[in-house]
Amino acid sequence: MSPQAGAALLVANGVSRTFKLPRGSLFGPRAERHAVRDVSLELAERGSLGIVGESGSGKTTLVRALLGLDPGAVGTVTFRGREVRPGRSSQLRWYRREAQLVLQDPLSSLDPRMKVAAIIREPLACLGVDEDHDRRIDEVLEQVGLSSAARGRYPHEFSGGQQQRIAIARAIAPRPSLLVGDEPVSALDVSVRIQILDLIRGLVDELGLSLIMISHDLGVVRYLCADVLMMKDGEVVERGNAAELLHRPTHTYTRQLVAAVPRLPVESS
Amino acid sequence: MSVLEVRDLTVRFGESVVVDRVSFDLDVGARLGIIGESGSGKTLTALAVIGLAPEGADVSGSVRLDGAELLGRSERELADLRGDDITMVFQSPLTSLNPLQRVGRQVAEPLRLHHGLGRAAAADEAVRWCGRVGLPDPERSAQAFPHQLSGGQRQRIGIAIALACRPRILIADEPTTALDVTVQREVLDLLDTLIAEQGTGLLFITHDIALVAQVARQLMVMRAGAVVEHGDVGDLVGRPQHDYTRQLIAAARATGLDEQDVAR
Repeated sequence: MSPQAGAALLVANGVSRTFKLPRGSLFGPRAERHAVRDVSLELAERGSLGIVGESGSGKTTLVRALLGLDPGAVGTVTFRGREVRPGRSSQLRWYRREAQLVLQDPLSSLDPRMKVAAIIREPLACLGVDEDHDRRIDEVLEQVGLSSAARGRYPHEFSGGQQQRIAIARAIAPRPSLLVGDEPVSALDVSVRIQILDLIRGLVDELGLSLIMISHDLGVVRYLCADVLMMKDGEVVERGNAAELLHRPTHTYTRQLVAAVPRLPVESS
Repeated sequence: MSVLEVRDLTVRFGESVVVDRVSFDLDVGARLGIIGESGSGKTLTALAVIGLAPEGADVSGSVRLDGAELLGRSERELADLRGDDITMVFQSPLTSLNPLQRVGRQVAEPLRLHHGLGRAAAADEAVRWCGRVGLPDPERSAQAFPHQLSGGQRQRIGIAIALACRPRILIADEPTTALDVTVQREVLDLLDTLIAEQGTGLLFITHDIALVAQVARQLMVMRAGAVVEHGDVGDLVGRPQHDYTRQLIAAARATGLDEQDVAR
């Protein structure tokens, strides 16, 4: 039975994360920093959510908690009604298959000593995916626009855009239902960036994925996401439909952020 | 005659040509943007102009400042010009600033070297510059080390160092790329105000066409070492002639914000 579009996929309630700071003096009190403060959210099946904020706003920390990667966080997260957290992160193998991550810098997220085939095979093996791994590797390579000749090569032999394609191939290999991107196009040149964004958009459509996209770039988030969550200092300051929020921001911070983005002069016809 | 005249500037590493016959003029008060993707040769062009091309680079063509040829001059003569007539702001202030020196002293250094100010006078002037670039409590800020400042504040110091000697030409290489968008806006506004006041000619290098369209009046598009298009910002963005420029603009428009989004 395939889940219905619109039903809740990921639900988070009261997610917070506090980090202890070093003591000011030997016996002084330990200050705390609230990296994420009481965030609740809901992502529907086949929904797409952009998490926007500047450096230090808590967007990555929030997503780590959503993925059940941060035992130090508080709050509850469920995926199709099943508990992700609290609870032991060692028991989340099912969730690792459902939710896959693509990071900003493919050169540090891809193991430089592994060939592409091995990189994509790793999650298939670790997560116990029960299908022909070799066939699956060829399939996903084709889906991200690489030929099977890429299998025997190392990450450094590829351009930045192609490396990001490899990272995406690895992410979709175990057939997840949720794809999470943490600034996946920030390190790329503009002309390559749009190709990767189009690739992600195409895959989300074709595979019926849900999407969470972390970015400091409002334009990128609007390109991919229907909804936006605007974060500042660990708190959600505004949320809503992406276009709506850009056209009529209600919070001062959102307004400042939108206004600060440089834009091209209006096209002359 | 323009202040800076660059003709057929070419940079080779052995057989490979990485900057290919680049020519442009830059006048007092003019603002030229160079836009290109990684490997387009935009940064190397700037470095070659001020005689900082890396070792092993074979630089040819002509770079004239007030009519006088710079290529082929001794390092000593060039060092006299750099930091005085032509200065540069770099992408990452954390690597371009000296981590072991208080920032006030770093602003004072070119003033002592090039304008012959004494220690105390240079220190006073440095404090004044810390104020001019908008640092809170200039006296105290001047005493800070780079790591004690935020990214935006560090770049303000980078700007103070570059402008303190009232250069005629300022080269800014991706000066805001490492900054958050709201901070980027503040730093650009500051740069804009200061160079307008001092009548500095600006060469602004970036990969971001929307950003450069706001800063520059003239725009040069580089690809694989060569200039593919050069013109007024309005013309070039409104009616790009070259396919590559069209691609860049289409990509920027697709993922950028538009008129309907809240503006300043």
